[in-house]
Amino acid sequence: MVEQALKLEQREALPDLGGHFGIFGGRFVSETLMPALEELDAAWRRYMKDPDFLAEMDRDLAHFVGRPSPLYLAENLTRQVGGARIVLKREDLNHTGAHKINNTVGQGLLARAMGKRRVIAETGAGQHGVASATIAARLGMECVVYMGAEDVRRQAVNVYRMKLLGAQVVAVESGSRTLKDALNEAMRDWVTNVDDTFYILGTVAGPHPYPAMVRDFNAIVGREARAQMLTEYGRLPDALVACVGGGSNAIGLFYPFIDDTEVAMIGVEAAGRGLSGQEHAASLCAGRVGVLHGSRTYLLDDDSGQIRHTHSISAGLDYPGVGPEHAWLKDCGRARYVGVSDTEALEAFHNLTRTEGIMPALESAHAIAYGLKLAAELPQDQIVLVNLSGRGDKDINTVAELEGIEF
Amino acid sequence: MNRIDRRFSELKRAGRVALVPYVTAGHPSPAATVPVLHAAVKAGADLVELGMPFSDVMADGPVIQNAHERALAQGTGLDQVLEMVSAFRRDDVDTPIILMGYANPIERRGVGTFARQASEAGVDGLLIVDCPADEADDLQGQLRSHDIHQIFLVAPTTTDSRLNHAARLAGGFVYYVSIKGVTGAASLDVDSLAPMIKQVRARIDLPVAVGFGIREPAQAAAVAAVADAVVIGSALVDRLDRCESVDEAVVVVREFLAPVRQAMDNSAPVSVEETA
Ligand SMILES: Cc1ncc(COP(=O)(O)O)c(C=O)c1O
Repeated sequence: MVEQALKLEQREALPDLGGHFGIFGGRFVSETLMPALEELDAAWRRYMKDPDFLAEMDRDLAHFVGRPSPLYLAENLTRQVGGARIVLKREDLNHTGAHKINNTVGQGLLARAMGKRRVIAETGAGQHGVASATIAARLGMECVVYMGAEDVRRQAVNVYRMKLLGAQVVAVESGSRTLKDALNEAMRDWVTNVDDTFYILGTVAGPHPYPAMVRDFNAIVGREARAQMLTEYGRLPDALVACVGGGSNAIGLFYPFIDDTEVAMIGVEAAGRGLSGQEHAASLCAGRVGVLHGSRTYLLDDDSGQIRHTHSISAGLDYPGVGPEHAWLKDCGRARYVGVSDTEALEAFHNLTRTEGIMPALESAHAIAYGLKLAAELPQDQIVLVNLSGRGDKDINTVAELEGIEF
Repeated sequence: MNRIDRRFSELKRAGRVALVPYVTAGHPSPAATVPVLHAAVKAGADLVELGMPFSDVMADGPVIQNAHERALAQGTGLDQVLEMVSAFRRDDVDTPIILMGYANPIERRGVGTFARQASEAGVDGLLIVDCPADEADDLQGQLRSHDIHQIFLVAPTTTDSRLNHAARLAGGFVYYVSIKGVTGAASLDVDSLAPMIKQVRARIDLPVAVGFGIREPAQAAAVAAVADAVVIGSALVDRLDRCESVDEAVVVVREFLAPVRQAMDNSAPVSVEETA
């Protein structure tokens, strides 16, 4: 506890100038990528202090995205579990259907301010790809989205959506043909075309400044939620629950609460078919410290240090690494991380849909599943705030397929 | 004395520029690697770079990425790479070997253990592609105590402060990458090279190798006129990829490297005094 307090005291300085959160983070990239990262770092530091830039971002978040997103007291669910009250932060109501747009609005405006005419992005489920294509359409920029060939097949509707928005979708055939390979490919494009290209990374992973920058763009979620709790409930929640793929919706919610040490923070990873086997994507629960995609963090690899294939029912959580700030929050004990299986997530998907009339994204369903478990254990005067990071429309085909339904 | 230092001082005395081929260990097959390395030396290589296969080679282009995937699919991990180095050393105790790879497999083994094993196998230098000088301070002690030089990439865009940082940690030589992009992506612009190399030499007192984007004898010759070493990677790996037997791979290496060597030797070298 003393150690935690000490580490938390130092956190104002985190990350340091090299992007380190304690031993985590940093910039583990080839020298060829350094100038791109340094240019981005300088621009981010500059524009995050520029009142005109911030005002424009706020306007877009209000009028284009539809912020603030409401808090919703899930009374039926609360009655069902008979414990703490369950409150949902409704990021599913954002334009394009998830928290991902908070980040792409910020990075899109930054790209324009830096004079770039082309944006690129990686995507797994397609949500970040759609959010990037959306902002590119609005800002009149060329957009290329890298997507693992396997995900292109699984997420055909989102691929078409990106194309409608004018983006070019490139199917990545290397490695495991999923999100991690799409990220590699986007980095390769960026280092080659950095003069006119901005890489919109979709989560709090990657080399500095991405983990800190994407956190800052998503922290609007936590800032709003904190203020809404105080106005609507006259108090802070007792626990925050959010799903963790790379960790952007979770850190967005957690970050403004870090100093409220009476508020518990729980990140929910994809336990897939079980943490005891290999078919999951829970790098914090079941991984170890290593280096992936430019930062030191928890990851899933084999004994010879090769990055492992992962599995989750939800493409957005199917990633072998995690943002370095989560690694740091885990090690200093400020947040804890748990796993929720495919089956539990699917059950929560149906439960929320039938009980409250809200269909969650399969990613968010992981958070709902744990939120219900936690609320059941807590007294009725407590409040569990769950981040509903996205809506489930994109997952209807996946769910139908699992139930053996053909259209 | 480290073999890299010894080799570069021999080359300097002979007024010769180093030819440094890169191949990925285990590509096109694990059996081919040691014969390919020997063939490279016979064809005029002065040092050899051996890639350690990794699943996520973010800084490499499609050619080398494919080589890593094929090597991994045939079971080439760190242990196999080190065995290949030992096997090479049984017949060649002079040619320096530089391992080139990514950080995670080395961290998983443990840097100390890795350095000891690599040194025992006969490795002389290590280039961790995704570990720039900023992140490399902690490695230094363990590599030094096993007499392994840490090789760094420098680029035209490398800032002075990072160049100085690299200068403090680097040994053997520095590897100058002049193109923007991944390995194998573009062709090298030889004209801009001379002033850039001069800048690097002003800050780092080590031989300068130039790589990324060198594909043919004429380019190698042009680079040899201004650099201390010429690295050839993707162009060689691409040719190896099409080989179906060890014998074929050996022939391909010889036929590709010999003219490169010849062109380098025929190019008018800048005299040793001038570059020193
Ligand atoms: C709705 C939703 N939630 C969560 C995630 C996971 O990403 P992160 O952990 O960065 O929030 C995704 C990713 O695609 C998503 O679409």
